[in-house]
Amino acid sequence: MENLKLELKAKIIENLNLEDVEVGDIANDDALFGDGLGLDSIDALELIVMLDKDYGIKLSDPKQGKSIFESIDSLAAYITENKAK
Amino acid sequence: MMKDCYINGIGCVSAQETTVDNDIENYQFLTERITHAHRPNYREFIKPTMIRRMSTGVKMGVVAASLALKEANLETPDAIISGTGLGCSIDSDKFLKKIVDNNEEFLTPTAFIQSTHNTVGAQVALGLGCNAYNVTYVHNALSFESAMIDAQLLLNEGESNVLFGGVDELGAYTTSLFDLIGHIKKEEVIENGILDSKTKGAIFSEGSQFFVLGDERSDSSYAKLVDVAVHNVLPKNEIEEKLVQFLSTNNLTIGDIDAVVLGTNGDVEFDGVYADLQESVFENTQQIYYKHLSGEYNTASAFGFWTACKILKTQSVPTNLKLNTVKSSSIRNVLLYNQYRSENHSFTLLSSC
Repeated sequence: MENLKLELKAKIIENLNLEDVEVGDIANDDALFGDGLGLDSIDALELIVMLDKDYGIKLSDPKQGKSIFESIDSLAAYITENKAK
Repeated sequence: MMKDCYINGIGCVSAQETTVDNDIENYQFLTERITHAHRPNYREFIKPTMIRRMSTGVKMGVVAASLALKEANLETPDAIISGTGLGCSIDSDKFLKKIVDNNEEFLTPTAFIQSTHNTVGAQVALGLGCNAYNVTYVHNALSFESAMIDAQLLLNEGESNVLFGGVDELGAYTTSLFDLIGHIKKEEVIENGILDSKTKGAIFSEGSQFFVLGDERSDSSYAKLVDVAVHNVLPKNEIEEKLVQFLSTNNLTIGDIDAVVLGTNGDVEFDGVYADLQESVFENTQQIYYKHLSGEYNTASAFGFWTACKILKTQSVPTNLKLNTVKSSSIRNVLLYNQYRSENHSFTLLSSC
């Protein structure tokens, strides 16, 4: 699980072009949206595509997104439970 | 009769350090076949939250537009008009590659949103919170001139200040295609500059130049934009005739032109178009070139326009721009002539103000 969390941080930084942000700057329980990392709705779409492409998880109910993308902890837990690839 | 239009602010991002060094005399001619723009400190101009999704072209455009607005002491223009030959080719390359690599699946929104040609104009407007008229012209080497014509027409319709400019960026894949079809010089180093080059193709680069066109002269004014004419197709034997006609429309003759700014780019196949004029009608006119400093891109003529504005304001021609030894005692009328690969010819007339 810890490796997955590190992997997710690296992918988020790369896919979302987060300049001046290092893996070590993101705490596992930091909010990804809003006051935390400051991601927005376009980033949410990027993350949904990343879940599908890299982990084989299709997010069928958009309402789930809010809790899944809350933090690295919640995202890693969801991937671990639903990973198909 | 067109209303007087004044260039009240200029901004330039190019292969030279144009954002930090104002003196053209210090610029060195480009020696590489492909030269990327000198990157200004983008963070001084763009919010960190916006910058991460912007490609080079968007960033260059936003910076050039900011510089022009600042000089003109203008917060919000009445219109934003952009010209670009290839638009945001870096993100277009990226998006198209993803379509192929991922078998048309897993397409993400960022590259798509940023790949459209009007992204630069849109991001300039977003940064300013400007909801005014916003149009982008895409017409190869006439893209910048098309934007300029629209800006002039808008002023004549009653607008007071229009921001217009050109932008083009080097996308790796798109550039490789131009290389493949021989539009870029093959030699790795162009040691003595493009004038000495005897080979086909041009040296490629990228950049953005924006200008504020106003209906009133101000302390910051550089020049008066008198007229612009474009010809998509113009046979070689008709260029001189069209040029004389263009000047005549503006009650001028060749003898009234104090300096001519030519788009000479070192391509042995097409520079003859300029050479013919240099040796005939412009034999006794001060001749200037600029693509040895800017490189070639679809809106490189905007760099020429930028240099002409500076020449008219300072009333001096930097030595590294001179093509001949003719010298004018004062510079009142400047004519710009550009074409790319014998197509998309443009005549632009500026005068001192």
